[in-house]
Amino acid sequence: MHPAFSVLIFTVTSGAGYGLLAWLGAGQLLGYTQAQTIDQQILLGVIAMVLVSIGLLSSTMHLANPKNAWRSFSRFRTSWLSREAVFAIALYPVAALYAAAIFWQWWCINWLAGLSIVLALITLFSTSMIYASLKTIRQWNTPMVPALFMAYALSSGGLLFLAVSGLFGVFSAPLLSTVLGLVFTTFALKMVYFFWQGKPQGATIQTATGFSQASVRLLDAGHSAPTFLNREFGYQIAADKLLRLRVVMTIVAFVMPLVIFYCVLQGSAVELLSVAWLMMMAGLLIERWLFFAEARHVVRLYHGDQRT
Amino acid sequence: MKLGLVVDLDTCVGCHACGTACKQWNTSGTIGPLSDERPYEKDPSGSWLNRIRTYEVGDSPHSKTVNMPMSCMHCEDAACVTVCPTGASYKREEDGIVLIDQDKCMGCNLCSWACPYGARELDPSSGTMKKCTLCVDRIYDEQLPEAERQPACVLTCPTSSRVFGDFDDPDSEVSKLTRERAGQQLMPELGYNPVNTYLPPRNPKQQDQIKVSAMQGVKQLVNRIINR
Repeated sequence: MHPAFSVLIFTVTSGAGYGLLAWLGAGQLLGYTQAQTIDQQILLGVIAMVLVSIGLLSSTMHLANPKNAWRSFSRFRTSWLSREAVFAIALYPVAALYAAAIFWQWWCINWLAGLSIVLALITLFSTSMIYASLKTIRQWNTPMVPALFMAYALSSGGLLFLAVSGLFGVFSAPLLSTVLGLVFTTFALKMVYFFWQGKPQGATIQTATGFSQASVRLLDAGHSAPTFLNREFGYQIAADKLLRLRVVMTIVAFVMPLVIFYCVLQGSAVELLSVAWLMMMAGLLIERWLFFAEARHVVRLYHGDQRT
Repeated sequence: MKLGLVVDLDTCVGCHACGTACKQWNTSGTIGPLSDERPYEKDPSGSWLNRIRTYEVGDSPHSKTVNMPMSCMHCEDAACVTVCPTGASYKREEDGIVLIDQDKCMGCNLCSWACPYGARELDPSSGTMKKCTLCVDRIYDEQLPEAERQPACVLTCPTSSRVFGDFDDPDSEVSKLTRERAGQQLMPELGYNPVNTYLPPRNPKQQDQIKVSAMQGVKQLVNRIINR
């Protein structure tokens, strides 16, 4: 699949935003935000919604006909993209009320915190299901994709919560250990995904053409210059480059932040967590690029691929 | 009704006439112009609704060249319709034709991702998705003589390897051909239940066994025994 830059930015930054909001809400319910002042809590919420908004605006950039984007709220009952749009917009008033509740310390603050968490997680789930529901791309059509999207968002959001709290001078070792555990789980899940992805399975050129008993080779694709299908689905990248990017991604997104976590737990400056967050975001951008570049759509079988 | 096409892979010669006729008809049809990019330069591109590919099936010397034209299969369980967030993509209840409302499409490409057959292409100038309409603006046009109320690709095919009809009617030509020639769906394992059906190439007629005289038969038998 062709990796569209606007979609990479969208899923990575809005993921971190939703994750941060979920950690903020959980802090309200579990009590770990009590160490922060009201202004600091509101600032964390604003950062979360700014990241979400950057992501959502970026996602409209890849629409070829954005003047009809408002219609995307209309097919809530069948389309995950429509559900994502509805939940993403529904979160804004809830988040605004939550901020007001923090500021004036309303009685319903816990309810609004809980509702913000639920909406943030449902939006994340809907985004991931856009990809996971496509039977045409076997690398995406797995429950691991929603699990990974939620894990990335909660890891990067949790790390951002710690980093900003660190800049405020608030530090909580148990929270740091929790996020560390989550980052490690995400890392392990991604490695499982890489091994699973390597196993050949699914449709082949035989089932695509119906000649199930014979070898089939493409003689002529029927066009002399690349078409929409080639540009959208024919994205090809050298295997050694993919392998190198996987290694870089693993180091930048997971190993380096985990090392910084360890250093902070051993007594290094808490400000280092900001560096860890920036690294994880850069790593997740590479991860998302790989997520698209390594996904092989079945229409490639008609253009000569033997299997997906 | 379940309207669709039967494509005969035995007789298709891969001349691309169906694709050209399709473009010619539909570029002035209900879905608006099928625009092109750089049409007279060395890398032309543009929306095209019917692509013809050529495969070598089997291994030499027993291989065969097969031409496979592919347009929208008008799937019974069309995922392209389910994933569409705007409601632009829809399947007609009365005849099963899958269409795109050009006034509603926002060009998000998700339907083209959901289609396993590459039937949907984004129009570079309007930014909306375009696809085969099964010439819905031809097949119901009562101004046309009845014999011409068929998709442009079917009418133009010089070898009559494309047949249009109603798969719900067991006596229609398409149903009969599918039955008699063991017509099959492409990539059935994805479960979209495509309506368009492909007739596999027929086996060449078996050559008659060479008649062997009685004397030669005895000689062959003796040779076989000696070899033992």
